[in-house]
Amino acid sequence: MSDGEPLLRVENLEKYYKSDSDFIDRILGRQRDVEAVDGVSFEIREGETLGLVGESGCGKSTIGRSVLQLREPTAGSVYFKGRDITELSANELRDLRKEMQIIFQNPQSSLNPRLTVNDIIGEALDIHGIEDDAVSRDQRIKELLERVGLNATHASRYPHEFSGGQLQRIGIARALAVDPDFIVCDEPVSALDVSVQAQILNLLEDLQDEFGIAYLFIAHDLSVVEHIADQIAVMYLGKIAEVGTPTELFTAPQHPYTEALLSAIPEPDPLWEGDRILLEGSVPSPIGPPSGCRFHTRCPRVIPPADYEFGQDEWRAVLSLRHQVSDRELAVESLAEAADGPVTDAIRAETGVPETLSDPEAEGVVSEAVESLAAGEFEAAETALNTFETPCATDEPALRDVDAGRIACHLFDPAYEAEPGGGRADRDAGDSGVPVDD
Amino acid sequence: MAMLEVEDLNVRFYTEDGVVKATNDLSYRIEAGERFGVVGESGAGKSVTSLALMRLLDDPGVIESGEIRFKGENILEMSDEEVRDLRGNEIAMIFQDAQTALNPAYTVGEQISEAIRYHLGLGEAAAKERAIETLESVGIPSAAERYTDYPHQFSGGMQQRAVIAIALSCDPDLIIADEPTTALDVTIEAQILDLLEEVATEFDTAIQLITHDLGVVAEFCDRVMVMYAGHPVEMAPVEDIYYDPQHPYTVGLMSSIPRIGDERDRLQTIPGRMPDLIEVPPGCNFHPRCPYAEEACTRTEPELVETETGEPADPIESDAQVAACLAHTGELRGELDYEVTVRDAGGPGDDPAAASEGERP
Repeated sequence: MSDGEPLLRVENLEKYYKSDSDFIDRILGRQRDVEAVDGVSFEIREGETLGLVGESGCGKSTIGRSVLQLREPTAGSVYFKGRDITELSANELRDLRKEMQIIFQNPQSSLNPRLTVNDIIGEALDIHGIEDDAVSRDQRIKELLERVGLNATHASRYPHEFSGGQLQRIGIARALAVDPDFIVCDEPVSALDVSVQAQILNLLEDLQDEFGIAYLFIAHDLSVVEHIADQIAVMYLGKIAEVGTPTELFTAPQHPYTEALLSAIPEPDPLWEGDRILLEGSVPSPIGPPSGCRFHTRCPRVIPPADYEFGQDEWRAVLSLRHQVSDRELAVESLAEAADGPVTDAIRAETGVPETLSDPEAEGVVSEAVESLAAGEFEAAETALNTFETPCATDEPALRDVDAGRIACHLFDPAYEAEPGGGRADRDAGDSGVPVDD
Repeated sequence: MAMLEVEDLNVRFYTEDGVVKATNDLSYRIEAGERFGVVGESGAGKSVTSLALMRLLDDPGVIESGEIRFKGENILEMSDEEVRDLRGNEIAMIFQDAQTALNPAYTVGEQISEAIRYHLGLGEAAAKERAIETLESVGIPSAAERYTDYPHQFSGGMQQRAVIAIALSCDPDLIIADEPTTALDVTIEAQILDLLEEVATEFDTAIQLITHDLGVVAEFCDRVMVMYAGHPVEMAPVEDIYYDPQHPYTVGLMSSIPRIGDERDRLQTIPGRMPDLIEVPPGCNFHPRCPYAEEACTRTEPELVETETGEPADPIESDAQVAACLAHTGELRGELDYEVTVRDAGGPGDDPAAASEGERP
C-alpha cells in the first residue's frame, strides 16, 4: 500500500434493488429499480472514523454492506488497501473477512441464542484458522472478553443471560477476534439506553486508539456521530449531501438538509430557544426519486426561477402547490364541496398561495394553473406550473469543495448565482469550487 | 384536587423466578392541561406505570396496593364497564410503535370512527365526518381521500399521526404517550412533537409523556419525574431538573448524552447497569452505580424528600423539587459534588445546558 492510498476508497458505488412485485410484473419486466445507493464516493484512512448519517431509507446500511461485499454492488469500486475487492472470488473474500468486520445494530438477533459466548467468539477464530490449539484459543477468548469489559468467567453463558449493552460488547469481541483493520459499525448504539450507549461509544474509541482500527460508523443520530467521527458524511436518498469534519459540518455554510437535520435534534435544555427548521413531508421513495437535487421536494431554500420575481414565501407556496399537483395529492373535489366562494380561492387557501402574487407574470401562470385545477385538469396545471424552472429540479448537484468541507447543493455553485445560507455563507466559496465529483 | 392523582402505587409481577417489583410507592399528580414527563432507562418501570393507569396490566402483573384517582374517582375500584368508558374517551393512549398499534385489516378512517361511534354515540355519517376532521387536524393531507386507506399505505410518520388522531378523536382530558417518537427519524420526530404540542394547547389536554430522551422532555414537559428501578428518584419542574438536578442518577443520565459542539473527549458514563428488579440492591437501589455512595447508602433506603428542607415529600400536594437521596437528609458525610454548566448561546451547535459530573474529592 503506497503512502497516499487510504485504507478504504469507495468510488461511485451504486446499489439498485428490484422493487417487490408479483409474478406477472416479473414476466412483463415491469419491475422498477429501487435506487438505494446512487454514485457514492468516500475514503477512510487508517485508524480513522467516517460517520455516515441519514434518515431511514437513505441507503446508509446498504453502503455498509456493499463495502463488505455482503451485498454485491450494482456498479462502482471498493478499494481496500489499494485492491479492488468487488472483483475478488468467494475464497479471496473469505480471507478478507479477517481484515474487515461488522458490528450490527441489534445484538439480540445477531448472536446465535444456541451458542455460548465461548462458541460465538470461537467460531470466528475457527473459521479463519486462528489459534488452533484449544488452550490458546480459550486464552484468546478470555482476553477478548476482558478487553471489551466483560467478566471472562462468563464465557460459558448463553446470550439470553446478558443485558443489551453486554450483548453489544460480545458482538464487538466477536468482530475483534480476527484482529481486523476495519469495522463497519451499523447503528451499534441505537438500541441501547443512554448511559449504556456512552459506555459502548467510549469502548469503541479506546479500541481504535489501541489497535488502530478504522470505523465506518453508521447512525441516524448526528450527536452520536459527531462524538466519535473524524469525518462525517450526511446522506439523503442514496446520495451524499455533505461531507466534512465535524467542525466543518456544524458551522455555516451548510447544506440545507444538514441544517434541518441538526436543528431537529431536541435540545436537552428547557430554556433553549433556537429556530427549528421543520421539513415538510417525509423522505420520497427511492423508486423513481425526484429529479435534479433529490432534496428539492422538501428543501426550504430552493432557488427561485431567474425569470420571475418571487418572495421566498410565495415561491415556497407555489412549489408546494406544484408538488401536490404532480403527486395528484390535492383533493379538488372535496375542496369544491366545502368551499363557500370560488374553488380557485379555496385551492389557493389550501396550498397557502397568496391571492395575488407580487410578480404579475408569475401570477398569470399560477392563476392559469389554479383554474385548470378547478376544472379538474391536473395535467394542464402541471404543464403551466412547470414553466417555473429551478436548477434544483433539473440539474443534479455534484459534491464540490467549499470553505468548510464538500457540499452537493446549487446554492454553493457560482454558476447559479444564488446566495447560499440566505447571505450567511461565504459567497467566494465557489471560486475554488471545481467540481470534484462527476 | 388534581385531575390525576397516583398514590403509593405498587405493581408486582409474580414470575417463576421471583417477584418483580415494577413500581414502589409511586406517587404523583397531573393537573389539567399539564405536560408531565416520565424519564428513565429500560426497566425503570415507566411503561408499567402507564399500563396500570389504564388498567391494562396483564398476568402476571398485579396492582398490589395504591390508588389511581382520575377526577377524584379511584380507577382501581371501577367496574370493567366504567373503565372501558374511560379508556379512549377521557384518557387516551399513544404507543411507541404505530405500526402495531393500528389494525392492518381495517382502514385508518374506520379505526378512528369506531372510537367516536362507541364513546360519543354518533351515527355512521357523523362519526365519519368527525374522523375526517380529526385526521385533518393532525396534518394528514387530503384527509377525506386518505380516510379509506389502510395503515400500510401510510408512512411511519403518517401512521403515528393517525394514532394521534385516534387518541384525539373523543377529545380526551389526558393523553398517555409512551415513547411516541422513538421509532421515528429526527425530522419526523420534530414534526410529531410540534403536532402534539399544538393539539395539547388547542384542546387543553394533559399529556403524560414517557420517554428515555432527555432532549424531548426538555422541549415538551412542564414537570418531570425521573425513575430508577421502579422508584421515583427525583421529581421537579423541568427547569430545576436540568439546571439544578438533585439526584446523582439524574446527573449521570444528563452527562452521558453526547452533545453537538461538545469538547469532551470521553463521554461520562454511569458504570454498570440497571439492577434486576427481582433482586434489587439493599439500601438505595442506585448505590452500586453511584459515584457518591457511602456505607450508609448500602443500608438505608432513602425516602423521597423535599431537597430544600429535607422534609418528607408530598408529590400530590406540593410542587417542590423532591429527590430520594440520603444527601438531602444529612445522612451522608460527603456532599454531592458536581456542577452544572450552561453553555452560552451563539456557538456552533448552540446554547445547550450540559450537566457535568465533578470528580469526587
